[in-house]
Amino acid sequence: MTHSKQSSVDLYWNASLNPDEPLSSYFLSWHPVFMSVCPPVRSPVDEEGVHDSFNQLIEEQSQHGGRSDAYELQELQRELDEEGRDIVPYLSSPGHDLRERRTRGREGEWADDEARDPGERWSSATMKILSSMPSRTIGRSRGAIISQYYNRTMQLRRHKQSRPAIRDFSRSARPSIRGYGMEDSTDAEGAEVTKRERLVNNLQNLSVNDRVRMLRAMPLSVAEKSELRRLALQKERRTFSGSQIPCCSRLKYYIIIAVRHSWYSWLSFLHSLQLWQMALKRVSGRFGTGVLSYFLFLKTLLFFNLFLFLVMGAFMVLPQAVHPPVLPSDRRAFSGLELLTGAGYFSDTVMYYGYYCNYTLREQCRDDGGGQNISVSNGTTPDCPTKHLSYNMPLAYFFTIVLAFFITCIILVYSMSKSFGQSFRIDKSHSILAVKVFCSWDFKVIKRTSVKLMSENICTQLKELLAEVNHKHVKNTLCQNLWRLMVHCIAWAICISSTIACVIGIYFFSDFMHQDLQYRARSPLPIKNHLLDEASLLALPVVVSLINLLLPGLFNLAAWMEDYQSPSVCTYVAIGRHLMLKVSVLIVLCYHWLGRVANETQMQCWESFVGQELYRFLLMDFIFTLLDTLLGEFLWRLFSTKVLKRKRKPVFDIARNVLDLIYGQTLAWLGVLFTPLLPAVQLLKLLLLFYIKKSSVMMNCQNPRKPYRVSQMTTIFITLLCFPSFLGASVCVTYTMWSIRPSSSCGPFRGLKTMFQAGKRWVEELEKDNPKLSVLARAHSYLVENPFFLFVGAGIFLIVIYFHSQVVDGQRKIISLLQEQIENEGEDKKFLITRLQSIHEQKRTPTQRLSSQDSSC
Amino acid sequence: MGTTASQIGKDRLAEYQELTFLTKQEILLAHKKFSELLTKDERDLQNIRVPMETILTLQELKSNPFRNRICHVFSTSDIKNGSLTFEDFLDLLSAFSDSATLEIKSHYAFRIFDFDDDGTLDCGDLEKLVNCLTGETDDTRLTSEEMRQLISNILEESDIDKDGTVNLSEFQHVISRSPDFVSSFKIVL
Repeated sequence: MTHSKQSSVDLYWNASLNPDEPLSSYFLSWHPVFMSVCPPVRSPVDEEGVHDSFNQLIEEQSQHGGRSDAYELQELQRELDEEGRDIVPYLSSPGHDLRERRTRGREGEWADDEARDPGERWSSATMKILSSMPSRTIGRSRGAIISQYYNRTMQLRRHKQSRPAIRDFSRSARPSIRGYGMEDSTDAEGAEVTKRERLVNNLQNLSVNDRVRMLRAMPLSVAEKSELRRLALQKERRTFSGSQIPCCSRLKYYIIIAVRHSWYSWLSFLHSLQLWQMALKRVSGRFGTGVLSYFLFLKTLLFFNLFLFLVMGAFMVLPQAVHPPVLPSDRRAFSGLELLTGAGYFSDTVMYYGYYCNYTLREQCRDDGGGQNISVSNGTTPDCPTKHLSYNMPLAYFFTIVLAFFITCIILVYSMSKSFGQSFRIDKSHSILAVKVFCSWDFKVIKRTSVKLMSENICTQLKELLAEVNHKHVKNTLCQNLWRLMVHCIAWAICISSTIACVIGIYFFSDFMHQDLQYRARSPLPIKNHLLDEASLLALPVVVSLINLLLPGLFNLAAWMEDYQSPSVCTYVAIGRHLMLKVSVLIVLCYHWLGRVANETQMQCWESFVGQELYRFLLMDFIFTLLDTLLGEFLWRLFSTKVLKRKRKPVFDIARNVLDLIYGQTLAWLGVLFTPLLPAVQLLKLLLLFYIKKSSVMMNCQNPRKPYRVSQMTTIFITLLCFPSFLGASVCVTYTMWSIRPSSSCGPFRGLKTMFQAGKRWVEELEKDNPKLSVLARAHSYLVENPFFLFVGAGIFLIVIYFHSQVVDGQRKIISLLQEQIENEGEDKKFLITRLQSIHEQKRTPTQRLSSQDSSC
Repeated sequence: MGTTASQIGKDRLAEYQELTFLTKQEILLAHKKFSELLTKDERDLQNIRVPMETILTLQELKSNPFRNRICHVFSTSDIKNGSLTFEDFLDLLSAFSDSATLEIKSHYAFRIFDFDDDGTLDCGDLEKLVNCLTGETDDTRLTSEEMRQLISNILEESDIDKDGTVNLSEFQHVISRSPDFVSSFKIVL
């Protein structure tokens, strides 16, 4: 035992004393023996053994101390000699002068506080070594950047090909060895040239895409990059011409180039399509990223609706519009009120569910048999010879909706996860002040007054943060705490009770309006006032929109009463309250439509009625948003500047406006099933809203004073768009399709028990026509109708999520370990630097003494 | 005028597209803006340098407190006067463009904030940086006590290896914690 310990220690010292030996061999020689000293059995005796060995090590160290110190000194001596040789050119370099001057200047400033920055105490030689440390050169020198990217290309190549040529391995893979300051200028240049050559070599061996990506990501100037590119291409060409390349690979090369070019032009075409570029630039130039995020969100919603509109238009509206069904003759004339109510003239158009037919559209047989309602079961008319151009409308309706929702869901989840990954990194340590200073400047803001305002805001925020850091532990008295708690309770009580009151009001009011409508429809009065009837339809949407307009004002009042200190808490509370209101209102409305209206037997076509309701809601929401813009922004600005003579303009409330957008989008998604053209309406609404909001913001608003965390808020909003909004809408749509009986006299699903049966019946028919496809039918009945598979899928999904969260946990642990390691290494660095300095001083003093003696002689 | 697309050759354009994060339209727009800064007879010259003062008349840079630093960082001039060629200008726009990576953005942000070009952000750099952020007027400037405290706090938070300065990787570490940086480090022409 003792012997082995002894040998290990010997090995250790041998290894450490050989300067040419790489570090790895030192570890190899030291580590296994150490393992044999302390086998992984944990008993107190063994532990003592470990301690023993360490003690011995330390003893040895003190014994050998002289030897190692001598060695160290010798090494340093050599370094210093070299340093002394070229100290003259170094001193003449302008950078050094600058640093010297700065150091001197700062010494005056920080004179009271010397321990803060140990750099001040160090001699110029140490400073020089410090400044050529790899971590510092990478930020300024070109050579270091080239080396860094050389290493990266190397790694990339190693990933791609398992075995690179031996000549490609660099002697010193670290970017840092360069520019230690010891090489004179020609040497440095030479080193850079070879390094660059190697980089070119690597670049040339990369695939075309990798090379482009690499070159693009290098922080060098365009001229240098183009030089690198030229060199790489030149070499490539030389190798190409040198070796006879077969025709097919040349063809491949050309094809790749052509594909790449077309890809680039496609990308730039897409880029040129960018909507509202100038408008967005003007908004961001004045308000910065926060307000811009509202408009970007609006743009995202616009694209979602465009997608829905295109899908619906192509697969449902267009085929049906080309083959219009025979309509009842008593169509009402267009009166103008329809634009608001969506009823009347519009009810028998492609806008609504009721217009769509339940038979297979055929190109040729339309003239003789298409007009009648041929049910799907005997849909094949005998006198129709061709089967090619048939279009099964119910099936198309069903699958288009399902597909559109599915694709929207995928896009939403994808963008949500991406946004989560960007804005919530796995890192608990918070460095508020550093982030504030490094990242708070918004380079997009270009208007002079806005720049000034931003400076002021940053200044106040910095001061507040500093004050917060200083007085972190100032505690409120118990009385104050109680008072605050009471105020919060009161505010929440007001918000919740007002929400509940509104919801109950909507519940009874919708019931009343519905009964009234039924009553009037049944009443035998000879003269009916159609216009009044239609106008009464607007009552419910107006009431709901009014509530949506007024209650947020109450919530804001409550928040003002509460007086939150942290702006983010204030925003979250506001979002929570608005969400509570909107979700509960929508739940009541959905219950009204799917629970009450859908079970009404007298209603001729309840789907169309619900579609019309949603149209009205969407429109009223738009009108009330306009009113809000007019009252809340325009008139308030006039009032506060003209009457109150204040210079302050209203602040654009991003969170509330985004929530309004989400509410409107939920309505649009809910209504797609009943009103296939609702996305078009929503599209128009968003387009108008963009211009109105933009001009209102530019005219009436001023920059918000509170900091707004854009990406986190955007993440939250996308999550809200996905979770309550889209998921709620799709649950409602799925419920309608799966378990509500469609009305029996209109729409593509008349005569069926549920909409879902359209698909089932189609599969059955397919099986009848073609017995080979019975597997499909069986698969359908197992997969779709059996809830077991749904559960299995959900279970697998949950397990995957669980595993991922576990992996993240592990990574968090590793991050904290690595952080500790970096801190230790920083300590080591500091230690080494002070050691270096002291040895340097020891070395300097004799020479100085010597030189002073010389001069005195 | 003849100072539109025709002046950049087709293969030059393709090369610029390959080497920067800009699209074709953006490069053409940049060229248009750049030639507007030149006088008539300068337009025919190749690789003409535009002095920093002229560059700073651009609306996008005019009010930016870091405008001088931006020019100095992207200038390839030998005498370090901040003058830009068209290629330097493209470099600038590329680093500030929409599609530039976080890495390249943080690299250039670091160089912009490194006022003395010594490769690390030390106390002097941080002080100048904070002064740029808060503006030059006296009422927005931090007092020296506040400044001292702020700088020591910043160093405490971001200087992982405790050497008294913030180097590039430490800077990038801080930046990676602020997802808003990518969206705010942008200049749209």
